[in-house]
Amino acid sequence: MSQIMGEPVTETFDDVAEPLLAIDQLGKRFGGFVALDTVDLSVPAGQRLGLIGPNGSGKSTLVNCISGTLQNETGSVMFGGRRVDGLPAHQRARLGLARSFQLPRPFRSMTVAENIRVPLIYTVGARHGVHLTSSELEDRCLEVLSLVALQDKAKKSPLDLTQVEMRKLELARAMAAEPKLLIADESMAGLSHSEVEDIVALLIRMNQRGVTIIMIEHIMRAVMAFSQRLVVLVSGRKIADGAPDEVIKDKDVVGAYLGT
Amino acid sequence: MRTPLFTLILSAIAAALYLSFRFIDNDYLFFAGYVVLQYVVIATAWNVLGGYCGYVNFGSAGFFAIGVYSTIFFYNIGQSPGDVFPEFLLGPMQWIFPLPLPVLILLGGVFAGLVGLGMGYLTLRLRGVFFAIATLALAVVLETFIVNWPFVGGSRGAYVIPPEKIAVFGTFIQYLFVLMLILAVGSLVAARLVERSRLGVGFATIRDDELAAEASGVPTLRLKLVATVLSGALFGMAGAPFPFYIGYVEPGSAFNLSYAVNAIAMPMIGGTTSWIGPMVGALILSTLQQVVTVTISSAVNLLITGLLLIGFVILAPNGLVGLWQGWTARRNKS
Repeated sequence: MSQIMGEPVTETFDDVAEPLLAIDQLGKRFGGFVALDTVDLSVPAGQRLGLIGPNGSGKSTLVNCISGTLQNETGSVMFGGRRVDGLPAHQRARLGLARSFQLPRPFRSMTVAENIRVPLIYTVGARHGVHLTSSELEDRCLEVLSLVALQDKAKKSPLDLTQVEMRKLELARAMAAEPKLLIADESMAGLSHSEVEDIVALLIRMNQRGVTIIMIEHIMRAVMAFSQRLVVLVSGRKIADGAPDEVIKDKDVVGAYLGT
Repeated sequence: MRTPLFTLILSAIAAALYLSFRFIDNDYLFFAGYVVLQYVVIATAWNVLGGYCGYVNFGSAGFFAIGVYSTIFFYNIGQSPGDVFPEFLLGPMQWIFPLPLPVLILLGGVFAGLVGLGMGYLTLRLRGVFFAIATLALAVVLETFIVNWPFVGGSRGAYVIPPEKIAVFGTFIQYLFVLMLILAVGSLVAARLVERSRLGVGFATIRDDELAAEASGVPTLRLKLVATVLSGALFGMAGAPFPFYIGYVEPGSAFNLSYAVNAIAMPMIGGTTSWIGPMVGALILSTLQQVVTVTISSAVNLLITGLLLIGFVILAPNGLVGLWQGWTARRNKS
């Protein structure tokens, strides 16, 4: 498992014949800054993957390249056996790739329920080519909101929500798209102890419904409680990939975090 | 309210307006009413892109002028088809030209819509103020193009001589008024339809947060192109009958700053989030301008618009509709 610091890990922990997500030699630069350097990652369906790394290590860039917010320059992203790099974000969403944003980005002029309606109309509806009637839409909105216990706030503006409710709305909007893979980008930053547990439990529940989840997080307690597998990114390279309790003992990982 | 019923009610109001004007029997009412209705269409057109999608267009005058000059172009062809078409085409063309005004309006809409598509494709990757600057530049480019095109009059301008009388309506201004009335009803119905459709939901997500919209499956670029085409086409249709109204067009009047300013001010004063706002803003502001033109001076027009715009941006950023909604919400609470 352990590698020499700076050498990217090319072998993955879980070698499954047909992974849901397969990233091969992914690279992304911002001017002269290498944000991602030949990252390989293969995620089998149904897995709960934790992705950690110090600030600026490329976690969010990786998420953005997977979801299509940014386009990678080298390498490829395969999703469900189909090459998706180069596709705009909305097409990847329709294929079943959902994400939440690090800072919640609700649609401010809409109510909480209307926020959920957007992916129902534009992802679920567009995917199946059938559009739900307005009463079906309303039912589905409440169903999704009850997953995150926000059904009582359906008619409120997202601006009236608390921080933790805002994060839940962000996750609910991603879940409404009925994704195969959900990427939760630091959905717990700034939350209290019990709120973190709340969100972890929520993500595990979603996973039990069959959704593969990649969780990016700094809060190690949450990461350890959630992850079946842990990947560590440092300076745009993958330096460790494996069972969580082994990975956190890895000397490169400890070195990266503590600077020894 | 269902759309057919809404259309019916709006058409009934429009018909009542026309009949009451006819009953009063003063041509000035039709002249002033035409301008007010023209601004209802312009404000609605601006709001499709500016209000629903949040993309501020400073180049409204350019789109309006495309409609104006499309009419001039086809009118000039109709004046002397022999100079334009080769011999073998002359027969059928003499049968087609001169084109009737409703066709000219549609053509103005088509051309302005096409320019809207082109502009959208080139500029919609720009955000906020950069998009606004690009639209302003587009209007300048178009004006330069027109100034250097002798066939449509260049900087000298072009004359369009409307017939004095027309069947059914009597005076030609009544005919123009009715056409603009139909356009206004049509654009309000279209705006309301868009607002309440899936398209409107998509537009609102673009206004709120484009990244989140894409992540939720909204094809933002395609929807923005729909918005620029629709907005441009409405501007063009508002501009197409203008040469017949004014009789003489030169680039300075077709590309006038007042169109760009009013197109922004009217929706802002009325409220940008629904179809009602631009209509209310246009009716109030444009009527006020007409009254001031007659009672005080035509130069005070834009001053009033500017002052009202500043006042609303500071005191009521959501316009009159926002004020009304705030007031009813407070009343419901207490």
